[in-house]
Amino acid sequence: MTTMTATKTAAKSNTSALVGFIFAAVIGMGIVTVAGHVQADTLHDAAHDVRHATGFPCH
Amino acid sequence: MFAKIGTSALFAGFAAGLIAAVLQLIFVQPVLLHAELYEAGELVHFGGTLNAVEQELPGFDAMRDGLSVLFTALIYTGYAFMLVGAMALASDRGHAVTARNGIIWGIAGYIAFHFAPAVSLPPELPGVAAADVVDRQIWWFGTVISAAIAMALIGFGSGWAAWGVAAVLLLAPHVIGAPQPEYFAGPVPPELGGEFAGRALGVGLASWAILGCFAGFFWSRAEAEG
Repeated sequence: MTTMTATKTAAKSNTSALVGFIFAAVIGMGIVTVAGHVQADTLHDAAHDVRHATGFPCH
Repeated sequence: MFAKIGTSALFAGFAAGLIAAVLQLIFVQPVLLHAELYEAGELVHFGGTLNAVEQELPGFDAMRDGLSVLFTALIYTGYAFMLVGAMALASDRGHAVTARNGIIWGIAGYIAFHFAPAVSLPPELPGVAAADVVDRQIWWFGTVISAAIAMALIGFGSGWAAWGVAAVLLLAPHVIGAPQPEYFAGPVPPELGGEFAGRALGVGLASWAILGCFAGFFWSRAEAEG
């Protein structure tokens, strides 16, 4: 019984860590995409120097 | 779980981003401003006269450089979310994460997000000849994602199969090849282009190492608090 509960808890923590990672990765990639890659004029002009300095394709 | 990841990522990303912004303004921005003199036609390379290496460059511009600081902090916060998310997953699987080994995490992130794409699409000065931006972005994202998976396989995989797949993932984008322009048309001296790429890559490495250290520090602290 104890083993079963332990296994269940471990499984739950594994899933929540995986969900946490996926969620964080999507948010992080979203921020990098909007700030570094979206070609809308205002965004492009504001982030221009940073995009070049960070090695993102800019123009 | 997610609150801890988010808090650590915000602190680490913003702090490292501010340092990255200062390093970029000191070391990278002057090269970019110098190149813009050629892009705008104020100076002409091989235009009949030789141009001095020392040129009068515009100074600090509150609006332009302020926006650069803001966007650098934002981009490093984005990196931090991915890095801390991966750290959370690793520490859940029993790998200790600290500020010290966070530096290695940071260097692995640098290889994935900065160095791997730069091998075939080096950081470019304004005005250089380049292929269509959407094509380059698609190649950039593909290269970054495959290099990130390769870093995870090298860090946590065991055995030749994992390392072999990692090597293939690292090499494939460069064997396929990045989109290239049809003609060379850049007006900027190659010396400036080389200096810009070197500076951008150097500042990127320093900034990512600092980001990894901060991310490891804030994550291990958040985790210890439970």
